[in-house]
Amino acid sequence: MIDLQGIHKSYPVGKGKLHVLKGIDLHIGAGEMVSIMGSSGSGKSTLMNVMGILDDYDEGEYLLDRHRIRNLSERKAAGYRNKLLGFVFQSFNLIPFKNAMENVALPLYYQGVPRRKRNEIALTYLEKVGLVDWAEHRPSELSGGQQQRVAIARALISEPKVILADEPTGALDTTTSYEVMAVLRDINREGTSIVIVTHEHDISHMTDRLIHLTDGRIESDEPVPSPVDPRSVAAAAPGVAESA
Amino acid sequence: MFDLDKWQEILDTIRANKLRTLLTGFSVAWGIFMLIILLGSGNGLANGIEYQFRDDAVNSIWVFGGQTSLPHRGLAPGRQIRFKAGDFAAVRDGVDGVEHITARYYPQGSLTVSYGSEYGTYDIRSVHPDHQYLEKTIVKNGRFLNEVDQEQFRKVAAIGQKVEQGLFKGRSSIGEYININGIPFKVVGTFEDAGSESENEKIYLPISTSERIFAGDKRYRNIMFTVGDAGLVESQGIAQDTRAVLAQRMRFSEDDERAVFVRNNVEEFQRFVSLMAGIRVFIWVIGIGTILAGVVGVSNIMMIVVQERTREIGVRKALGATPWSIVSLVLQESIFITAIAGYFGLVLGVFLLELVSENLPASDFFVNPNVNLQLAIVATVLLVTAGAIAGFFPARKAAGIRPVEALRDE
Repeated sequence: MIDLQGIHKSYPVGKGKLHVLKGIDLHIGAGEMVSIMGSSGSGKSTLMNVMGILDDYDEGEYLLDRHRIRNLSERKAAGYRNKLLGFVFQSFNLIPFKNAMENVALPLYYQGVPRRKRNEIALTYLEKVGLVDWAEHRPSELSGGQQQRVAIARALISEPKVILADEPTGALDTTTSYEVMAVLRDINREGTSIVIVTHEHDISHMTDRLIHLTDGRIESDEPVPSPVDPRSVAAAAPGVAESA
Repeated sequence: MFDLDKWQEILDTIRANKLRTLLTGFSVAWGIFMLIILLGSGNGLANGIEYQFRDDAVNSIWVFGGQTSLPHRGLAPGRQIRFKAGDFAAVRDGVDGVEHITARYYPQGSLTVSYGSEYGTYDIRSVHPDHQYLEKTIVKNGRFLNEVDQEQFRKVAAIGQKVEQGLFKGRSSIGEYININGIPFKVVGTFEDAGSESENEKIYLPISTSERIFAGDKRYRNIMFTVGDAGLVESQGIAQDTRAVLAQRMRFSEDDERAVFVRNNVEEFQRFVSLMAGIRVFIWVIGIGTILAGVVGVSNIMMIVVQERTREIGVRKALGATPWSIVSLVLQESIFITAIAGYFGLVLGVFLLELVSENLPASDFFVNPNVNLQLAIVATVLLVTAGAIAGFFPARKAAGIRPVEALRDE
């Protein structure tokens, strides 16, 4: 699904440049659930941005679902992002003046789906994340966990091949984090690849494969011995049952 | 193509920022309002000037007799110059470019005019039939004086509306006889004059009849003629020729400015026309300046909007928004705000002008301030253009936003 070969990326800093990615070779197959860890400055966010076609790279080759991603026009990049990728961000990034349903429907707006139809579809995805009753609420009226679930529904609505989640639980407390991970795990089980950037060990151990990034290189890339099912942990945590 | 969803988006963002939108709109509305008020006032001024010229044909040249101030061919200065029928004929036949020509002769002394038991004192002008074209006299009933009246010394009169009202008290005067100093004149027509009220209190008599009956000294007060559609330079030539013809006949120096006075209305009118053109340019410069200030305001605020929405735009791009969809979003919002606000200013300006126009005390220099349809269309085009200009730079900035930078969490 995601094929990275010898990816290099550097940013200009002052007169010199900062070499962030120093030759990344990475293959992520369909249906995988992968976490990327690394200290800050290790290049994990940059890698995520390259994978998300949010940023270009200097060297190497990137194939996304067999499409060569290189020097794309803005328009083409937008099309790939829309059809192949779903994004989940640490700070949710919902549009504040739109309600949950409209936020979820937004990617379909850019596909030209008529309003009534896309709102209908948005409702089914909100149901999937258990928030259909909150469809008419603005983001500011939702809790952090709820906002992140709306964001996940938004990432899902275009039925992407890959969901890229950059610190999806970074702004959430432990209990809510596990709820969100449970949702992501369910989605993964339906066949969508998921890449999660995180610095929390408990989160990374809920995925199937763990990639460690150090100083712009892959330090280790191994399967997680026995992935934790977030649902079982969430059930054990106090006060989750009623809010889920 | 009308994209309902896009408008929905725009209305959403506007609704989310009511106060800001209002303030932005105000600057544009104010600009257009000022432009409309300025242009309307300009029109009022122009109408006022036109009103000043409404009485007489603007393409006319008036010649008055004066007093010689230079010795000429052995004649001492100080002679009175007064025109006679021969001088009139000389100008009529000897000057190229003369279109309609008439002389004016005022009988001496005050003449009483009566009909039955009604009496009145009116200004009596003895003129040639062409006088009609020089005073913009509009015949209401019957006819004006004609050549036959002139040739046959008919005792006929054309009277102003006020005269008819005064003497006939609402009845028709056509075919009736009025007495001027005891001499009956048949009323052949009544007229209306676009000029001042007093122009409607005149009685016109054929100059030939008048000369014969009232004797006088058979000297005309002035000669006046129109010059067709002659331009400024041409009319100046005609005025010069007239002076030359009269100087030749009446033996005064052509350089003697005070022997005859020539008033060239083409020249006068031209002066006002160029004055008006100047005022108009001035108004447009000020008006465009005011609108420009509004445009800069809108642009500025849209810039801030884009700045504030950087993250949102980044999210939209990550979700698959094309650069064009972002540009058009900002551009449309800008045009929408400018157009609506501008239209508001336009309506308000027009409304105020109408109000002023209705309640303005009569003034000769400021008449019927208004804006016409053409101007409204120009203003509308201006508004949309202004909105587009105002939105251009912010939109370009918005399109240039890289989602990575917009989404950075720091």
